[in-house]
Amino acid sequence: MARIAGVDLPKNKRGEIGLTYIYGIGRSTARYILDKANINYDKKVNDWDDDDLNQIRSIITNEVKVEGALRSEVQMNIKRLLDIACYRGLRHRKGLPVRGQRTRTNSRTRKGKRKTVAGKKKAPKK
Amino acid sequence: MGRSIKKGPYVDVKLDKKVLNINEGKNKKSVIKTWSRRSTITPDFVGHTFAVHNGNKFIPVYVTEFMVGHKLGEFAPTRNFRGHSGSK
Repeated sequence: MARIAGVDLPKNKRGEIGLTYIYGIGRSTARYILDKANINYDKKVNDWDDDDLNQIRSIITNEVKVEGALRSEVQMNIKRLLDIACYRGLRHRKGLPVRGQRTRTNSRTRKGKRKTVAGKKKAPKK
Repeated sequence: MGRSIKKGPYVDVKLDKKVLNINEGKNKKSVIKTWSRRSTITPDFVGHTFAVHNGNKFIPVYVTEFMVGHKLGEFAPTRNFRGHSGSK
């Protein structure tokens, strides 16, 4: 049972993968951490001893921004865009894609479920 | 792709001159009218009001220090979406 940076405890996974359950750590950061701690990527999370754990913990607290701190940083960045009312801020406000993607179709992730407009007829066939 | 750092931020020469004139006190006009939406906001611009063209009108933009690094055009929207005909 490993508990790092708050609430995360995936076991029975390779260390490289297990670490990615923490918000802010992906594959490459996980590898960087394990390299630094001198632990094999393939070592299961269960098999880490206290030494390994402590090393990983200290690397994460000292060098990587994770979980709450990272989430609040992202929120701050978005809030900045909203406050200065630039184009990207306006897109955030409207819940539309921010980086110039098409909105004629798709972008359902940002726009949410389709809201059908009543009375809109399909184009007649020629 | 971003702009090469070697070149530095892009600012229209004319606009840069206008801002410098005001900063040096040669010119007291407080609103700078400009079409140069593509110019990056540099720290010199902070505290000035720009009238940025949006293709139709000039939109007044008061520059704060958080805006540094953005382009002037980002603050003067060019589209005016009033909603679709079907939805009220």
